[in-house]
Amino acid sequence: MRKFSPARIRLFVQIIYTIITNGYVYGYLNGRIYKGPLKYACVPGLNCYSCPGAVGSCPMGALQAALNARNLKVPFAVLGFFFVFGSLLGRFVCGWLCPFGLVQDLLYKIPLFKKGKRKQLPGHNVLKYGKYLVLFGLVVVGSAVLFTGFAKIPAFCKFLCPSGTLFGAIPLVSTNEQLQAQTGGLFYWKMGVLFVIIILSVMVYRPFCQYLCPLGAVYGWFNRFSLVQVRWQQEECASCMACQRACPVNLKPEQISVSAECIRCGKCVDACKFGCLSWKKSEK
Amino acid sequence: MWLAGVTIGVAFLMVGLWQDQFADIYRKAAMICLECIGIG
Repeated sequence: MRKFSPARIRLFVQIIYTIITNGYVYGYLNGRIYKGPLKYACVPGLNCYSCPGAVGSCPMGALQAALNARNLKVPFAVLGFFFVFGSLLGRFVCGWLCPFGLVQDLLYKIPLFKKGKRKQLPGHNVLKYGKYLVLFGLVVVGSAVLFTGFAKIPAFCKFLCPSGTLFGAIPLVSTNEQLQAQTGGLFYWKMGVLFVIIILSVMVYRPFCQYLCPLGAVYGWFNRFSLVQVRWQQEECASCMACQRACPVNLKPEQISVSAECIRCGKCVDACKFGCLSWKKSEK
Repeated sequence: MWLAGVTIGVAFLMVGLWQDQFADIYRKAAMICLECIGIG
């Protein structure tokens, strides 16, 4: 890899962004969370606001909180964040600005299961719709109708979100004795879900992003018209398919950037020797 | 199209601000979410 290769630049951006949005060091040291004014705003990626380092709100958590409210209202503020981030960036957020995406990228680099490493799970063309099931089933319907006692629950956060477990549960529970005393079956369920996703991430490229992430489902819808795009100049394409071989989600040239699966990692741009793929802003 | 999306987003943010929804976001985010960490 060259010293300032695009891949290294992307990794640098991912790391710096994760540090900036989860940089409340006092929280890690004392088992507390940041309560300052930055939490009025959502960060673009999946970033549990119960992470002791988190300085912004998670958009999925905020959406579920709005759906949990007794007087159910249209969550305009959260939808506003989705539309602004999505229209500007699409799933560029997933490829460059999501801490849990970074974790999966790093896990996939681990040189274990080399013969078994694959880009996608068998049945990918059906399984990829799982993230829409999570979005509508758990996030929307689950948060609007499921109760614990008298209170509605953030169903995705409670039963599935591995980012909350990794960045929130583990550091908080390990430094806060009061929380340690309250761990039970749900905590072990979430640890189990995280463990499975971690193991899968070593063998399969970003399994959570491809099959389960509701935020990826939202931003994927914006891919077709977001400002940030990768342009494919068909007239200059030699159909060598180097882009598809480099693409971690196995997209064909005509699918690059416009597909809801494209996370705008830019590996196709780096791989193309004919210069027919380039970063550009949308013409739409 | 992207500009229309951003405009809609900004309009939604303004409506959310007018309905005090940012305070709802903050209220949730400033408490430890017990469900998120596997306790609630």
